[in-house]
Amino acid sequence: MSDIRLQIDGKDVKATEGMTLLEAARGAGISIPTLCHHDKLVPFGGCRLCLVEVEVAGWTKLVVSCVYLAEENLIVRTRTEKIEKIRKTLLELLLAHAPDAPALKALAEEYGADADRYEKEASFCIHCGLCVRYCAEVKKKHAVGFIDRGIRKEISFLPHIAAVECNDCKECFPLCPTSYLQAAFVLIEALAFPRGSSQSS
Amino acid sequence: MVQLRSPQELEKLREDLLTQRDPSRPCISACAGAGCLASGAQEVIDAFTRELQTQGLQADVDTRGTGCPGFCEQGPVVVIHPEETCYLRVKPEDVPEIVSHLKDKKVVERLLYVDPATGERTTREGDIPFYKNQQRNIISDNIRIDSKSIDDYLAIGGYAALCKVLFSMSAEEVLDEIKASNLRGRGGAGFPAGRKWEGSRNAPGEPKYVIVNADEGDPGAFMDRALLEGNPHSILEGLIIGGYTIGAQEGYIYVRQEYPLAVENVTLAIAEAEKYGLLGKSILGSGFDFKVVVHRGAGAFVCGESTALMTALEGRVGEPRPKYIRSNEKGLWNKPSLLNNVETWANVPRIINRGAEWFTQIGTESSKGTKIFSLVGKITNTGLVEVPMGMPLRDIIYKIGGGIPDGKRFKAVQTGGPSGGCIPESLLDLAVGFDELTQAGSMMGSGGMIVMDEDTCMVDVARYFIEFLTDESCGKCLPCREGLRQMARILTNISQGKGKAGDLETLEELSEAAMEASLCALGKSAPNPFLSTLRYFRDEYEAHIQEQRCPACSCKALISFYIEPEKCTGCRICLKKCPVDAIDGDKKKIHIIDQDKCTTCGVCADVCPSHFGAVKRLSGVPVPADLAEDQRRVIRKSKGQ
Amino acid sequence: MDNDRIDQIIDQHQGDASALIQVLLDIQRELHWLPKEALQRVSERLAVDYARIQHIATFYKAFSLVPKGRHQVHVCVGTACHVRGAPRILDTLQDHTGIKAGETDLELKFSLETVNCLGCCALGPVVEINGKAHGNVSTADAADVLKGYE
Repeated sequence: MSDIRLQIDGKDVKATEGMTLLEAARGAGISIPTLCHHDKLVPFGGCRLCLVEVEVAGWTKLVVSCVYLAEENLIVRTRTEKIEKIRKTLLELLLAHAPDAPALKALAEEYGADADRYEKEASFCIHCGLCVRYCAEVKKKHAVGFIDRGIRKEISFLPHIAAVECNDCKECFPLCPTSYLQAAFVLIEALAFPRGSSQSS
Repeated sequence: MVQLRSPQELEKLREDLLTQRDPSRPCISACAGAGCLASGAQEVIDAFTRELQTQGLQADVDTRGTGCPGFCEQGPVVVIHPEETCYLRVKPEDVPEIVSHLKDKKVVERLLYVDPATGERTTREGDIPFYKNQQRNIISDNIRIDSKSIDDYLAIGGYAALCKVLFSMSAEEVLDEIKASNLRGRGGAGFPAGRKWEGSRNAPGEPKYVIVNADEGDPGAFMDRALLEGNPHSILEGLIIGGYTIGAQEGYIYVRQEYPLAVENVTLAIAEAEKYGLLGKSILGSGFDFKVVVHRGAGAFVCGESTALMTALEGRVGEPRPKYIRSNEKGLWNKPSLLNNVETWANVPRIINRGAEWFTQIGTESSKGTKIFSLVGKITNTGLVEVPMGMPLRDIIYKIGGGIPDGKRFKAVQTGGPSGGCIPESLLDLAVGFDELTQAGSMMGSGGMIVMDEDTCMVDVARYFIEFLTDESCGKCLPCREGLRQMARILTNISQGKGKAGDLETLEELSEAAMEASLCALGKSAPNPFLSTLRYFRDEYEAHIQEQRCPACSCKALISFYIEPEKCTGCRICLKKCPVDAIDGDKKKIHIIDQDKCTTCGVCADVCPSHFGAVKRLSGVPVPADLAEDQRRVIRKSKGQ
Repeated sequence: MDNDRIDQIIDQHQGDASALIQVLLDIQRELHWLPKEALQRVSERLAVDYARIQHIATFYKAFSLVPKGRHQVHVCVGTACHVRGAPRILDTLQDHTGIKAGETDLELKFSLETVNCLGCCALGPVVEINGKAHGNVSTADAADVLKGYE
């Protein structure tokens, strides 16, 4: 496999074919914020925090580094004024849902995001999709999925599968940045698990 | 029906069809498109069939349900051939008279088109100003054929382009012709079709696919409906040619399920084409196999986005994929997939038949050919209009559209659907074209043209589109899902008089995040309606925020209805119609609206007879005090005054 | 709907998992909703995980996981109809039926929905009932459109 040479934040970086910009940056010790990224999972491209500016043949554009593949001679900038402004806006939108999530609080401080910019939202799920994707791609159980779309989109445990699989697994629990997942599980266990199936009752 | 095994057999069939058809034979063609059907066209067609029996003419006169010719405002539309006499707003009760006049070679004057300004009547369809000022290269075929008849399509020259391609052109030659035509996609982005085709042709991977995007989600746009319903074979022909060019043997037609007639007609067309050997194995004996499958949408605007559409074809939710991976190279099932809009495909047979050079002579430098627009909203002649690129917007709205009805003033025309923007009066001389519209802050989009007048609130327009997109967003990416959520909330507050200082800046910030960081074009273009209305109608936003006033007197929470005492005649019509009994009055007693009970539904304003026009909308000003009881007698004005 | 009928519908689409949405559309058309048992059968026969079916059944507006009324009332809120006063028509119908868009009344008589553009823009505002479009509806006579439906 041939090496790909590109430049990230002024640094010369070598990447291999098939590597994403995020992987190439991390390999060179450059950090880019992420929320929905997980090394074991197919890149999702949902949170958009990992946005970077790429320049190729004189054209610049913003792309998500977790998905965009490294290219020869690419010039990448991981923090520009525009990127910082957008990350701040994105964080403020997330903080309306989960102002207490540690990962968000840390990023909020770094980017100067105001947790009270927007009215608080009822649900503290931030739609990173880590739980759904982990259960589908790693455990292959599909015990939790998405329902609906847009602002009505939610995660939903499937009681007939979760009642059988989850209590012995719960590997997705530590992945949730906001603990919404644990709350959703407890609720579905109380409301919808078939009687006698839950170990904790 | 027998399988045609060679181009010669096709031509022989065509000749036979033409010999059997006598062009001078009377034929009653009634539009059977969804619009006219909703106006009662089926009852009209049935009435004709019955009446011809009654008058003993069934052997001498044909009837035919045709595709949509676009003059939907005046439907049901009936054209009598060969004279091409055009009757409008035909009802079943009119049918006996039409048929007897036909027998006597006379014309029913009262059903002809009448010019609203001069009162002049036009007999021939082609002379009607609405049609005459168009260049109806594509849509004019709709009224010449029964949409359910492949023979009719053959009789007007159908599938000749396919023959030419399969038997006298190589795939490279076809590609060169499409490239030379400079045909740009008609679905929204206006991407050069030739380049897209070339990408798919050259991309490695098998099998390859060609796809028709008939999702047509832009509200107010129905060009694709008319084409797919009205002339489904023209789309099929284009699709097969596309397949041949890139080396695809499978085609998909993704039709939104809200268009059941289009689904029906295209499914029938595929079956008929298969019977004739124009689809299936070795088309016309050429050795080229091709099959087509119809896939219905399930109600999601985002599935009009090409990568989301492909995901839906795979049986999944319509979530778009990043555009870094070009879908024409890795699309459906990660294979090269050429997706184009219905109207783009419809142009292909014409370009093959008449040549790329003919096509490039129509339109402007960067936008070639004609485009079908759906001209709707506050406009006199609502319907589909096909014009050469480069025609000024003003001509479309006034010469063809007949201007704004009810004596109202033009305010803006919204083009490009929820991804587009509003063009104000100052820019009406803009030539219609991809780049021109984009520069003005809008875009061509699929062709929707919503005309708005002085009664349309531009803040409400922005709110409407953002709410629409909030509802249709797939929800995968943050800037679209959450950004639009907040934008919708702020715009709703503004329209209810709850706007705050700083709202416009917040909206601009959210717009930037959506435009720069969204996953797909839905999110990226979502802020356009807001940004363009802010650009041209900032004063309306400021009035809503700073004065709680809606200049167009439209936003329900900011208006009051007031009956002007000098104009009220005490006729009691509004009083009887008010759903909450908020109007007090009596015969010859000036009516008064109880502002506490009033829900601002607007019924009183709608039903007050126009020659009185006594109900006024107020905004941002206090409602004048009620008249005292003894002043409420209506004084009838004598004729002398 | 018994499993035989569901199997028939699946077989009409060659039992292909990519035709999942088409299968669900056919079931929805016949039953006017998607019962859980039907979805489970589809999940088994097409070898598709239930989570995916559940997402599809809730993502797309054509599907309903609860029974619908006998009469589907669709108010078009496309841009052209909006500009011609569709919101007021919707308000009137909501008041008249007592239900909001997206709901079904308690007698299972009417289901009220908004729909984004039926393609009959020249006749706006348009209200479609059981697939039949009524054009040029005004606020004053909107409630009359519902007369005659039992």
